[in-house]
Amino acid sequence: MPAFAALVRAGFLRYATYRQATLASAFTNSVFGFLHCYLLLAVLGTRASVGGYDARHVATFVWVGQGLIGVVQLFTWTELSDRIRSGDIAADLLRPIDPLVAHLAVDLGRAGHAALVRLGVPVVVGALFFPLAVPTHAATWPLAVLSVLLAVVVSLGTRYLISLTAFWWLDARGPNTVWLLGSTMLSGLAVPLPLYPEPVRVLAWATPFPWTLQAPLDVLLERGGSGHALLLLGGQAAAALGVLCLAALVQRRAVRALVVQGG
Amino acid sequence: MYVRLLSAQLRSQTQYRLSFAVDLVLNVAITVIGVLVVLTLFAAAGPTLGGLSLAEGLLVAGLAEAAFQTADLVVGNIERLPVYVRTGLLDAVLVRPLSSLGQLLVADAAPRRLGRVAQAAAVLGVALAVNDVDWTPSRVVLVVLAPVCGAVTYASIFVAGATTTFWLLGAGETANAFTYGGRDFATYPTPVYGTWFRRVFGYGLGLAAVAYLPALTLLGRDDPLGLPGWVGWSPPLVAAAWCGIAALAWRFGVRHYRSTGS
Repeated sequence: MPAFAALVRAGFLRYATYRQATLASAFTNSVFGFLHCYLLLAVLGTRASVGGYDARHVATFVWVGQGLIGVVQLFTWTELSDRIRSGDIAADLLRPIDPLVAHLAVDLGRAGHAALVRLGVPVVVGALFFPLAVPTHAATWPLAVLSVLLAVVVSLGTRYLISLTAFWWLDARGPNTVWLLGSTMLSGLAVPLPLYPEPVRVLAWATPFPWTLQAPLDVLLERGGSGHALLLLGGQAAAALGVLCLAALVQRRAVRALVVQGG
Repeated sequence: MYVRLLSAQLRSQTQYRLSFAVDLVLNVAITVIGVLVVLTLFAAAGPTLGGLSLAEGLLVAGLAEAAFQTADLVVGNIERLPVYVRTGLLDAVLVRPLSSLGQLLVADAAPRRLGRVAQAAAVLGVALAVNDVDWTPSRVVLVVLAPVCGAVTYASIFVAGATTTFWLLGAGETANAFTYGGRDFATYPTPVYGTWFRRVFGYGLGLAAVAYLPALTLLGRDDPLGLPGWVGWSPPLVAAAWCGIAALAWRFGVRHYRSTGS
């Protein structure tokens, strides 16, 4: 356990040193926040709500969503697949802590740091320019934090699982593209899921992606009340467990068949 | 023994082809999903979004995508400038008597991006057909001129954004706000955006001229925001201005470049 905590701290500190990169990302997230917010508000138009979201919900969805991109790490992550392709994974596998556990710990640390700047900046910018929706029930706050935590785990598990294909398949682009397509289109980032037609919605919720963004946002927005929030959290927990177990299984399979190139 | 060698050979070949096939499928999927997102938002909005119908919106999206993908094809590699700086490749390039920018652009040429351009052109073609454009000679010129100028605009934004690598940490991420953000902005009708944002991005950066303004001219529509009719022909002006900015930025950046030391 102390090793796990140490790794979490290490992840936090490592990403805390990238100050300028973090600010740059927060800036870009804010620009995209404006783009998406205006767009979705225009989609809402003069109606009271669209897909169950009113104007405040829409704005909060977009801005907190942009903030969560950095926390949940929705974009390209090639750390593991790079290490597999270069053979460095052999050293990782020799260490006393399983690489899956190690990566999870570091990712939690990274998410903790991201929750400060990368979540904070877009939310503040959004609040300055648009009326946002603030949770009305006190219970929503801890539920939302838990939901984000689970979202990070689901995201790490999915990225890890997708990266494991590097053991069999040297192509880096394919798996990375699958992750990007899912994390932008099926997570609720490009379009809030309730706006998609029914078949697409059903398909999306069967993948891990909505559990990384749409779920925590719906918990925060108190969509459907506390019962629905608990349902979402339960789904996230199941998704997290699912991807982690699958990742562990696939990794065990890979290690058994592993041949490291060169000496 | 030979059977084993042969089967190994076959397996490696199909792996290669499988990779190529998956790549192709994914590329098509990206384009199709992109169009579906635009259609979903227009469908969710009701009869119009930003003053345009779904079919008209598809034309705007098609023009923007054609411009962006063409730019990505030609200068997309410039996004890797931070990598070239870090690995010292830029130093090697600068020492040679050829244009540094030219060398960098052909360094990792990606013919696969041609597929994305072709797909964008297909979307544009469908959009033009669906909108039943009343073709006049000037409109025929515009429908080619707009994406070409749009491509020059995006390419210049790509290059100018990349030059910030020379003097700004985290430059890549900041540039994304204007390259990919610029693409997103132009994909939808300009009236969608709030007043000051529209003024900065649409008119200040000229992004309204990439797709929305030419689309209005092609459709024979007046600008609901009250701009005069000739703005549909502003793409060449915007492209020329951005070209100048990119050239200056590149020259300035390279001159002030301090290598990582070798």
